[in-house]
Amino acid sequence: MGALQNLFVNLALFFRESMVNIGFSQLGIEATMDLVAGIGVLAVIAISALVLIYVERKVAGFIQVRLGPNRVGPKGTCQTVADALKLVGKEDIIPDRVDKVPFMIAPILFFAPAVLAFAIIPFGENMIPIDMNIGIFYFIAVCSLSTIPIIMAGWSSNNKYSLLGAMRSLAQSLSYEIPLVFSILGVVMITGSLQMSDIVAAQSDMWFIVTQPIAFLIYLIAGAAETNRPPFDLPEGESELVAGYMTEYSGMRWALFFLAEYAHLFIVSAMATTLFLGGWHGPILPSYIWFLLKTGFMIFILIWVRWTFPRIRIDQLLSLGWKFLLPLSLLNILITGVVLYII
Amino acid sequence: MGLEAISFLVLAIITLSSALALVLSRNIVHSALFLILSFVGVAGLYLLMQANFLAAVQILVYGGAIAIILVFGVMLTQREDMSSTNLFNKQKGLALLVASVLLMVISRVIWLTKWGSITTIKTTVHNIATVMLQQYVLPFEIVAILLLVAMIGAIVLAKKVEKAS
Repeated sequence: MGALQNLFVNLALFFRESMVNIGFSQLGIEATMDLVAGIGVLAVIAISALVLIYVERKVAGFIQVRLGPNRVGPKGTCQTVADALKLVGKEDIIPDRVDKVPFMIAPILFFAPAVLAFAIIPFGENMIPIDMNIGIFYFIAVCSLSTIPIIMAGWSSNNKYSLLGAMRSLAQSLSYEIPLVFSILGVVMITGSLQMSDIVAAQSDMWFIVTQPIAFLIYLIAGAAETNRPPFDLPEGESELVAGYMTEYSGMRWALFFLAEYAHLFIVSAMATTLFLGGWHGPILPSYIWFLLKTGFMIFILIWVRWTFPRIRIDQLLSLGWKFLLPLSLLNILITGVVLYII
Repeated sequence: MGLEAISFLVLAIITLSSALALVLSRNIVHSALFLILSFVGVAGLYLLMQANFLAAVQILVYGGAIAIILVFGVMLTQREDMSSTNLFNKQKGLALLVASVLLMVISRVIWLTKWGSITTIKTTVHNIATVMLQQYVLPFEIVAILLLVAMIGAIVLAKKVEKAS
């Protein structure tokens, strides 16, 4: 199992060594490795989105007692590929009275934080792209950037539904970012470090879901809200707002929003795995397989929630965030602090 | 020219040109967006100085929270014609005075600073925590109470409006 355990680490080492043998300069090697890592992240996002959309539709079909996609390819597996090809082939429509530059760059800027957040996810043993000493704080900072593009899209579309959707998204992410950060704080307090490798290493004996169950639940709810997943999909509630801030978008620009949303889903699940479910720790199987299994389980739970609960109202959403989750997360920090002080 | 110098130049150009665009653009929403770009550029400069915690704080607080509130406020004042919402005025003399005083203060700070190469600190987080929560714990707590008072005040004001209507 040793070879499989370190497959990707050895692969990276092999690339590095062969580049040294060819005679690349140090700078050239680093630049090439960064480029390869960047392409790898994009590939992971694209493939995971393709797979996740298929899985989402199949699970939705199962929950609603219907078949789901089943025509294109065996068991409908090629359905999302066909959909993606259709989107690529569409005309890039920019409506006449939109504010052109913000309208055009908003989807790209929405996608960027999702890519940036992949830099600190520990995919397996020694498999963190960049193991920063402020790891988890970097994650929070990068995620806070994904609200601005939504406002840009909503405002520049020059459409009341888009603007209302953007406003809702703003109120939602402002209210839920605080419980999200506070729930992570409990884990950081126990670990005493912001570094992702330290957080994973601290869970080699016991997962943090055992010591921080309240924080886990708060993280899950706030994470679902931050990613605009149902039952918290008010920013794009189709029965009231057409499609919220995405109303005026079509073709590849719309696809970028969609892709970024699935990347966010993956990131939230991966962070839940890293923070509360022991990261890549697990017996027998290689570390990255364990990581993918746990992340997949978290994604399944989020999909399950999506197709089981109805959408909540905006006042319910805000009072849940401010009157319930925020005090609860503060209480969790207090209890964690007292227990840590006593021990 | 080293890689660091090139990065500094690029970041400085981004920061300064977006700050300039913020002042010069006539649409106030564009101004707000340029302000965010300028904040992110400053965060990049912090990153170049190995102060990665400060850079993350800059992005989180300025690029995230403050900018969002700002854009929120700006968007609520939407008008039919957004192309002339950030107007120029005729107070050039006063502006010159303020700008030159600011320039003097900044150049004095630059003059008095002892410049030297930075020593790489592995984690800045611990140092900041020690300074803020041990050495200057009293000012830190006072600021926290001040913010709490402002928050309670805002809630009270919002409640009153609700009652009146």
